[in-house]
Amino acid sequence: MSLSDLTQEEFQRYSRHLMLPEVGVEGQKKLKSSSVLIVGAGGLGSPLAMYLSAAGVGRIGIVDFDRVDYSNLQRQLLHDTSDVGQLKLESARRRIFGINPNVKVECHETRLTSQNAYEILKHYDVIADGTDNFPTRYLVNDACVLLKKPNVYGSIFRFEGQVSLFYAGKGPCYRCLYPEPPPPGLVPSCAEGGVLGVLPGIIGTLQANETIKLLLGIGEPLIGRLILFDALKMEFRELRLRKDPQCIICCDQPKMTQLIDYEAFCGIQKKETSGGESEMEITPVELKKRLDNGEEIFILDVREPHEYQIVHIGGHLIPLKELPHRISELDPNREIVCHCHHGGRSARAVAFLKEQGFKRVRNLTGGIHEWAEKIDSSLPKY
Amino acid sequence: MSVKVLIPTPLRNYTEQKGEVVVEGHTVGEVLIQLTSLHPSLKPHLYAENGRLRSFVNIYVNDEDIRHLLKEETALSEKDILSIVPAIAGGCHVSF
Ligand SMILES: [Zn+2]
Repeated sequence: MSLSDLTQEEFQRYSRHLMLPEVGVEGQKKLKSSSVLIVGAGGLGSPLAMYLSAAGVGRIGIVDFDRVDYSNLQRQLLHDTSDVGQLKLESARRRIFGINPNVKVECHETRLTSQNAYEILKHYDVIADGTDNFPTRYLVNDACVLLKKPNVYGSIFRFEGQVSLFYAGKGPCYRCLYPEPPPPGLVPSCAEGGVLGVLPGIIGTLQANETIKLLLGIGEPLIGRLILFDALKMEFRELRLRKDPQCIICCDQPKMTQLIDYEAFCGIQKKETSGGESEMEITPVELKKRLDNGEEIFILDVREPHEYQIVHIGGHLIPLKELPHRISELDPNREIVCHCHHGGRSARAVAFLKEQGFKRVRNLTGGIHEWAEKIDSSLPKY
Repeated sequence: MSVKVLIPTPLRNYTEQKGEVVVEGHTVGEVLIQLTSLHPSLKPHLYAENGRLRSFVNIYVNDEDIRHLLKEETALSEKDILSIVPAIAGGCHVSF
């Protein structure tokens, strides 16, 4: 019996696949001998991991280093309430084993980086991108192009999703679609975002569908097409994607032949190792100490009103996009600490205020989320 | 000639939450100028300081990317639909 032969138990388990002429015993054996890497065990990674394991993909790798948080449970079905605080990889492994113990699960407890991407990705047939940030998206794309691997792409925002299959040998890559990322802060990020919980379920399931088709070699792969899904309108649209003849990485004479520093490429400044204190930043611990000393520091909250309703630390509320019109509410001579949810929008606010001549303005590192974590655990996190 | 422009969720904050805006114009460029003069706060999200369309926002006429047509010179006809399709990264946790 060869490794890909099916056992009695597997014949029963996959019987609804075996009855499909497009799959059959041969197809099921193909799935069993194939491997998929899922980058991120979050909203998109959940349906991916669950459907791919149920379908009998033989080996599934998952890259993640995060721990389960209450705010994940609204959409990340790999994890249970009792998993809060545990590594996502552990709950993912448990869920997959529960669905199909025949699947070999490989956990990569790390952030995907330019240093480790080749070593991790090269052992898999297909890469499914379930990440939530631009640096990792570009890294996954570039590594897939350079390794000639297919990249099943899915992305979500609020009520909208995108799906495609980037396979540079046969069609366009992500950089053909978007040559450069937006600078941080320009696209609404931390909490202005938000996402309908069922949306990653839909988009991740579409990714699983494309992955399985690709492994089986059936149907029409989503190469060269971008699917846009709008949950509010309940509408799917299809746009044509073409290879960019000047694409920096996937054209015939590419200018880019190796991985780069993706944080820098996406304009993200590295966190300082010395606890984040700098001219631009102040940590929650430092701020608390100074407030307790009775120092007069003006707290500026640049989140949205609905977020302020969830939780606040008594800051003066001016949503980021209203800041230019309401700048007169602020005293340029006072010391100001600016915060948002995680620190992205407030960093932009600080940069803007500095441009406007405010000298004593700093960003609260990690936002109100980190404040709740490090200073006041009675505050709700969202 | 009036043309329908579809506004994606990330940019609806700048169009009074409207998902569709109908504007006048005979080319993609004309329509976008009209659109951003109706909704000025949208402008920095579509155009860089040098006046060029941003590289992380794609414009489609029906299902075709204008970069593969005549870009902003692309002529429009009645019933054409313009879509703005920005890059989106993922869920609500952005790691910076
Ligand atoms: Zn490309």
